[in-house]
Amino acid sequence: MAQVQTTMDTQFHVLAVDDSIIDRKLIERLLKTSSYQVTVVDSGSKALEFLGLLSEEKEGAEAREVGVNLIITDYSMPEMTGYDLLRKIKGSSYLKDIPVIIMSSENVPSRINRCLEEGAEEFFLKPVQQSDVNRIKPHLMREKVMVPNGLKRRKAMADLSPDQKTRKYNNSNNLCGIFWQNICE
Amino acid sequence: MEIVAKLQKQFMEFISALYREGFLDDQFLQLQKLQDESNPDFVFEVVSLFFEDSEKLINNLAAALQQPVVDFKQVDSHVHQFKGSSSSIGAQRVKNACMAFKSFCEEKKIEGCMQCLQHVKHEYFLVKNKLETLLRLEQQILAAGGRIPDLS
Repeated sequence: MAQVQTTMDTQFHVLAVDDSIIDRKLIERLLKTSSYQVTVVDSGSKALEFLGLLSEEKEGAEAREVGVNLIITDYSMPEMTGYDLLRKIKGSSYLKDIPVIIMSSENVPSRINRCLEEGAEEFFLKPVQQSDVNRIKPHLMREKVMVPNGLKRRKAMADLSPDQKTRKYNNSNNLCGIFWQNICE
Repeated sequence: MEIVAKLQKQFMEFISALYREGFLDDQFLQLQKLQDESNPDFVFEVVSLFFEDSEKLINNLAAALQQPVVDFKQVDSHVHQFKGSSSSIGAQRVKNACMAFKSFCEEKKIEGCMQCLQHVKHEYFLVKNKLETLLRLEQQILAAGGRIPDLS
């Protein structure tokens, strides 16, 4: 198992992405009521910047902790949609284990399907409420991801149990659970 | 004490009417639940952001519809934003007006869009007025030493 560097800060850190200023305010407050540490950005590219994906890695630079246990993102955003962001995260060798939740104001089954297939944990319909945020906990990645430096690429692996990975299909009181039950049964 | 009770009663009646008349829906109640002693201005802050954002969107919509060649995709994008923000604060009638607006955008009907814009503006200014009154009542209750009644 890869070495995991735990920090003294045991608070979970959620990165929220939304181009709407009102929705950013709302999601920040909702997440803070659940005692999460919250960073809010207004675009996919700012999210990637924060996650270190866009920054150039200098040789010999110290590995630094990205410190994000979960990403929650709006789907409809200009330039980079939540789906595009999801793909970039899942396509990154050191970010792909960070769980991602998608939010959307539109209930489009093909959209939900695409996101779940691409690796999203859940799909929340907007407006997001406290009851949705209460469902985040099981999806949080337990250890924070390390951004690798140029020479040593190490990443912290979340120690997910097999049934945690299939949980989203069995959770009958959420939208994607219901969706999958309808498709599979 | 009498003043506080009077103000609280006024507040309850006013906000109940807003729900009954469809100006506000359950989402506004959700916002109020997020306000507490550690975040006493949450509703005021969100509502203020909504006012700012909405007025910008209304101006953008008016400008977009006045173009010699109307870019309906752009118009739709603004309406989508407006629909989202009104939904997020629970401004139900504004949200519904935006939904009708979206249909005309999709059909690229300029006349319909112009009418929808007027309707959205009308609903927006109505709810803005109501919300300002509501927030003022809240301030009066707090200033008189009372607590804002819990609606749930």
